[in-house]
Amino acid sequence: MTGGSKPAQLEVRGVTKAFPGCLANDDISFRIEPGEIHALLGENGAGKSTLVKIIYGVLQADQGDLLWEGKPVTIHSPHDAREMGVGLVFQHFSLFETMTVLENIALAMNDVRDMAALRQQVIEVEKTYGLPLDPDRHVYTLSVGERQRIEIVRCLLQNPKLLILDEPTSVLTPQEVEKLFETLRRLADEGCAILYISHKLHEVKALCQKATVLRGGKVVGGCDPREETAKSMAEMMIGQKLTAPDRSGTRKFGDVRLDISDLSLISDEQFGTDLKGIGLKVRGGEIMGVAGVAGNGQNELFQALAGETEIIGTPDCIKIDGDPVAHFGPRRRRRLGAAFVPEERNGHGAVPDMSLSENGFLTAFRRMALSARGLIREVPTRSFADKIIKTFDVRTTGASAEAGSLSGGNLQKFIVGREILQDPGVLVISQPTWGVDAGAASAIHQALLDLAAKGTAVLVISQDLDEIFAICDQVVVMSEGKMSAPRPMADVSVEEIGLLMGGLHDLDGDVTLKTKELIEGDRVGQA
Amino acid sequence: MVRLEPRRQHSQAMVYLSPVLAILMTLFVGGIIFSFMGKNPFDALYTFFILPINNSYGISELFVKATPLVIIAIGLSMGFRANVWNIGAEGQLTMGAIFGGGLALYFYDSESMFLLPAMFVLGAIGGAFWGGIPALLRTRFNANEILTSLMLTYVATLFLSFLVHGPWRNPEGFNFPESRPFPDAGLLPVIYDGTRVHLGTAFAVLVVIAGWILLSKSVIGFQLRVVGKAPQAARHVGFRQKRMVWFTLLLGGALSGLAGLFEVAGPIGQLQPAISPGYGFTAIIVAFLGRLHPLGILFGGLIMALTYLGGELAQITLGLPNAVTGLFQGILLFFLLACDVLTKYRVRFGTPAAKGEAA
Repeated sequence: MTGGSKPAQLEVRGVTKAFPGCLANDDISFRIEPGEIHALLGENGAGKSTLVKIIYGVLQADQGDLLWEGKPVTIHSPHDAREMGVGLVFQHFSLFETMTVLENIALAMNDVRDMAALRQQVIEVEKTYGLPLDPDRHVYTLSVGERQRIEIVRCLLQNPKLLILDEPTSVLTPQEVEKLFETLRRLADEGCAILYISHKLHEVKALCQKATVLRGGKVVGGCDPREETAKSMAEMMIGQKLTAPDRSGTRKFGDVRLDISDLSLISDEQFGTDLKGIGLKVRGGEIMGVAGVAGNGQNELFQALAGETEIIGTPDCIKIDGDPVAHFGPRRRRRLGAAFVPEERNGHGAVPDMSLSENGFLTAFRRMALSARGLIREVPTRSFADKIIKTFDVRTTGASAEAGSLSGGNLQKFIVGREILQDPGVLVISQPTWGVDAGAASAIHQALLDLAAKGTAVLVISQDLDEIFAICDQVVVMSEGKMSAPRPMADVSVEEIGLLMGGLHDLDGDVTLKTKELIEGDRVGQA
Repeated sequence: MVRLEPRRQHSQAMVYLSPVLAILMTLFVGGIIFSFMGKNPFDALYTFFILPINNSYGISELFVKATPLVIIAIGLSMGFRANVWNIGAEGQLTMGAIFGGGLALYFYDSESMFLLPAMFVLGAIGGAFWGGIPALLRTRFNANEILTSLMLTYVATLFLSFLVHGPWRNPEGFNFPESRPFPDAGLLPVIYDGTRVHLGTAFAVLVVIAGWILLSKSVIGFQLRVVGKAPQAARHVGFRQKRMVWFTLLLGGALSGLAGLFEVAGPIGQLQPAISPGYGFTAIIVAFLGRLHPLGILFGGLIMALTYLGGELAQITLGLPNAVTGLFQGILLFFLLACDVLTKYRVRFGTPAAKGEAA
């Protein structure tokens, strides 16, 4: 094995995997060298997760080979994969909240060891890779970024030769992302291969040396992300030209249409966040972004605005077009011209096993007069759904298709379209493009910009900073149930938002923010 | 190896096929049980399922038995659609009979044409009152309506028993635990001479039609379905779950109460300790057999009515115990629930494809 060309750490050759009704992986081939940080790019449903599961031994390929250091291998189970030296950091953490860091790590090891020795090892790994973490702390006291560190430490303890990270940054602040990248670069320098799965292109640009792009289960290309723009990679992913949102036209702001003042709420959920003195004014024609790491009160804020949470005694803390509404339920708020789009599509924004017609009726029957004398008016209901489908280019078999049969992007277009066609005066929308393909995302962004241009006040709650930079006029940041003062988008930087997201108290002064220039580079590129 | 594989979409065909399949399997297993009891299974099944309805009187009796089942099941299905599990219809039926029947007993020598309509109203009120208690307990104290409605059934039947043994016992009835017979003005007219088919049967058909309109055409029915299928979406658009709990329990109670009144003012003609052979419980099976859809419930009601008639005949001609009726109803529900798995899963034979392990 010495001499000659060095074999790849992992080579995937012609891997094919079919599920009933879809070919998830179709003849996929690529290779990762030792010490390389390799990006796996693709939209939702492109086949990334399936491929990762095959490499990690969760699934078996129907056809094709995996070569590990040049030798063909069969990976029967995750146990085999770990034994071989593959580590996987999951998108969703698999941690026990009531146990300590060390106990969680011990649980995931292949063989049970002496706890004291393990503890020593954990501390060593943490020191070597700059991952500060107290082994004796209970998981429920840790932030999301710290929890992810446990997963990484867990993998590093097994001395992996290939580390796979599946969407690792979706829950991190920009500062935490930068710290994660430092750790990954150090690992790569030591010869560990890293397979980095993401759809955040600026991160891929900042971190990776090579990229393989998947679309519809096939490899459609490879590139060096450092030489591409985020836009060119996005186009490779979706296979078509990407149109940047059109923000032309002068933005004039009218009167305040959504007025939140001193909104405080005790959350009635066990791990909920209390809202503390939230105040915010959104004017007609304005798109206000609410940034923040998930779980800092955004859900509670949405539910309070949508009328899902009962607010007793202080009707004035939410006003729509000057009318106090905080004591109203969702239906009366909608009658005053407010519309809401929740984060979760299935079961919250739409009923999955009802038809699109019925789902159109769901929120629109009052404003669009789809009912009369207590009965559903079939013809207008159907034509309203048809209109949404046509106007917002929803790909479906028709208005009688079940909502659950649509892809995430199409269902989201339907839901957003349903609210926009009701011509709302105030629109509150949570994670408008979460889990949505890039084509649908840009259509939704454009629809929101057009709506604002017509004089609607739009409040966008989003974890995706790119999205906020792309469409918002002003931004506020939520942290631990509190809201920062609004800042105009034009004079706020990513690091400022990042610091606010972190709540200002775990501030690291000397963090370099490469991501910032990259995001701004993208914006220039798209404009 | 046989295994279940999740379907990508619910099978619409299986939604309708599953009750048919369940009935066939019930017949099959029923035949086996009969042969274990020393009867020829084909004769026994014939006696049970064909003999009762091979003459016009038998068919009219089928309608008489199906009437309370259909009326109750329509009411229950509305609740089941909204995840409100009222299983106390038997008690609501009893309360309806007590309220409406009580009026007939109070005016036991009346000849007024208003007596019967007034009994309808009181019967519905009695049932709704008994259904309203679990609604109150659920919405105020978050008490599980399955338990409360079931327990209230026993309260209601014991209350009826107390009345007919005590204060409402017929003074001229030789100490039998029965009330006075209702006056003619308090009896349901027979709508087909020579049978026991009464006005309540016609009402049941109306209930089916009204139920269908309510469920699939009205805004309230839409709310019921949304609350049942996606509670979070219902909250999002302001469909109040509590209101649905009240609505379905009051509606189910009122219809059960009416069904109970129809029994005592129809086939029975007075109050007795036992006024229902478990119609309120059997109606739960009817509702599911009919896929919680009013038209399906009409058919389901007829099928379950047949098990009552068949059970009676099996006692008389084959000497089988009455428990056979309950047995058949239980087996049918069991297979129905089992077959419903097939709407979400398909059966596959053989082990999962594992070609990747060829190495």
